[in-house]
Amino acid sequence: MSLLSAHEVSFAYRDRRVLEDVSFTLDAGEVLGLVGPNGSGKTTLIRCLDQILDPEGEIRLGGRSMRSMNRTEIARMIAYVPQNSSTTSSSTVFEAVLMGRRPHLRWSVSEEDKQKVSEVLSLLGIDEFASRRVDRLSGGERQRVLIARAVAQDAQVILLDEPTSALDMRNRIEVMSLLTRLAEKRRLAVVAAIHDLNLAARYCHRLLILKDGRVLGEGTPSSLLTSGMVRAAYDVEAVVKDEMGVPYVVPISPSDDGVEVI
Amino acid sequence: MMTDTGRQEYARLTEKRVLFIIGLILLLIALAGVAVTLGSADLSVADSYLAIFAGLFPGSVDLPDRMIESNAVGIIWGWRLHRVLFAIVGGFGLAVAGTVMQGVLRNPLASPFTLGIASAASTGATIAIVLGAGILSGSFLVIGNAFLFAMLAAAAIYGMARLRGMGSETMILAGIALMYLFSAITSLLQYLGTAAKVQEVVFWMFGSLDKSSWPKLGIVTIFIVTITPILLWRAWDLNALAEGDEVAKSLGVSVERSMAGFMLAASLMTAVIICFTGTIGFIGLVAPHITRMAIGTDHRTLILASGLVGAALLLGADCLARVLIPGAIIPVGIMTAFLGIPFFLYLFMRRRDA
Repeated sequence: MSLLSAHEVSFAYRDRRVLEDVSFTLDAGEVLGLVGPNGSGKTTLIRCLDQILDPEGEIRLGGRSMRSMNRTEIARMIAYVPQNSSTTSSSTVFEAVLMGRRPHLRWSVSEEDKQKVSEVLSLLGIDEFASRRVDRLSGGERQRVLIARAVAQDAQVILLDEPTSALDMRNRIEVMSLLTRLAEKRRLAVVAAIHDLNLAARYCHRLLILKDGRVLGEGTPSSLLTSGMVRAAYDVEAVVKDEMGVPYVVPISPSDDGVEVI
Repeated sequence: MMTDTGRQEYARLTEKRVLFIIGLILLLIALAGVAVTLGSADLSVADSYLAIFAGLFPGSVDLPDRMIESNAVGIIWGWRLHRVLFAIVGGFGLAVAGTVMQGVLRNPLASPFTLGIASAASTGATIAIVLGAGILSGSFLVIGNAFLFAMLAAAAIYGMARLRGMGSETMILAGIALMYLFSAITSLLQYLGTAAKVQEVVFWMFGSLDKSSWPKLGIVTIFIVTITPILLWRAWDLNALAEGDEVAKSLGVSVERSMAGFMLAASLMTAVIICFTGTIGFIGLVAPHITRMAIGTDHRTLILASGLVGAALLLGADCLARVLIPGAIIPVGIMTAFLGIPFFLYLFMRRRDA
């Protein structure tokens, strides 16, 4: 039985359909990359999966329908890392990560909770700035704090909305390999919306390509990423190379020749 | 081991927070001790305290003749003590309300005033004063109207919070719009009113503790003592909301319901205080900021500490208001504005820097 499954999930903002019959399954230990052009519904799908939005269709978590779960139950099983990592919070890193324990604690913070936070900080390599303020961290550091909070939440599923978009090359690689390691070692299911196809191809076990709210394709990066698929998804002519078994997409030009560039 | 640094720092921070709260309580006791000795009646510090004990334990203290002649017990218990306690409770409530509003709306400029609640109370009071119309009569005419209108503004905010997709910035903008609307109504009524009525309105809007009394103190205290523990109990929700609606939701908070509940509680606290005092500005804005700078953002301690800072600020401002010009009492609302405006500007500058 899969850990997370979506069956014909659809969502509309008022009368604008953003998702249409999206279905997929995800097992523990897997990283699923959501890719697709801007406005294809990646963020909306992530929000639907965490029930931040209430979609049509069915999402099951550990075999249970999410509709039958209350917010705290969902929070104990699914953690969410939002897209915009800018924060006005002036809390310390330790406190920000401690916030991930909220679904589990009552009012006071137990030694176990603090221990958990310490472990996660150490795991993500951010223990050295545990007492610094979150709003004074760099983009990469802050992204790690947000992921640390999600890990501290002890959820089986982590949803991330473009976790690498604000990061430099090194931080992108580090964050993605961290997610892959977390998924494999802790048997977590990770869903990440990613813009960079090559990053997604290298670090995700499977990809789900969305276009106009529909699933254009789903499968392993090497089976899915072809020049035809890139054209269909992005309207871009591209060459797809093979770099040691991992597909590597080199975009050439927009497919539509109608646009004249001076 | 590296991992212990974070825990040790957190333990230190927790200790600092507890010490800050204890320090504030001691400061407040000292300030209240000074405040009861201030006033136009010529009572020494020792006589003031003797009068407090004489009132607390009637018959157990032998009062000197001079105190009996000067009606020291009557002055302390009839005039000063409830005013001092009202400053403490009122300052506490306004600061807690401000803390909650800033937390829920994630905006350091949110307060009962920027959200239009105080302006609405002023409009209610002005209708009572200028037109003589209101829901209650007699001495409660103005108070009743001020409370009703403050709660009307609160209900509007509550309604907005319940609407799906109403973000915090939209709520603040709506609050500012409410503030202007009620200010315009107040101005219109002042334009239509007689000079004497307008003067009365202006005095009400200054904000003052002059009209405090034991029954009023009792009413305000009941509200504050009932609402504050509920807010403290839900402090984790406030902490989560401060991280953003989506994050709060993903951490298990029922965002719409929580926001509406918090706004209602904060508005109720504000309304019940300012209907008795008039507009006392900036406590709700300044106290949470001072406290956040001192002990950080965990609402489990921030609410209480901010309330105590607010109490100390209002009591301190009232003491200053009573001694600054000998023989005259400056309305405390003016004093808090004098203290608050430089801070307000400082906040703007800081935000620009950020």
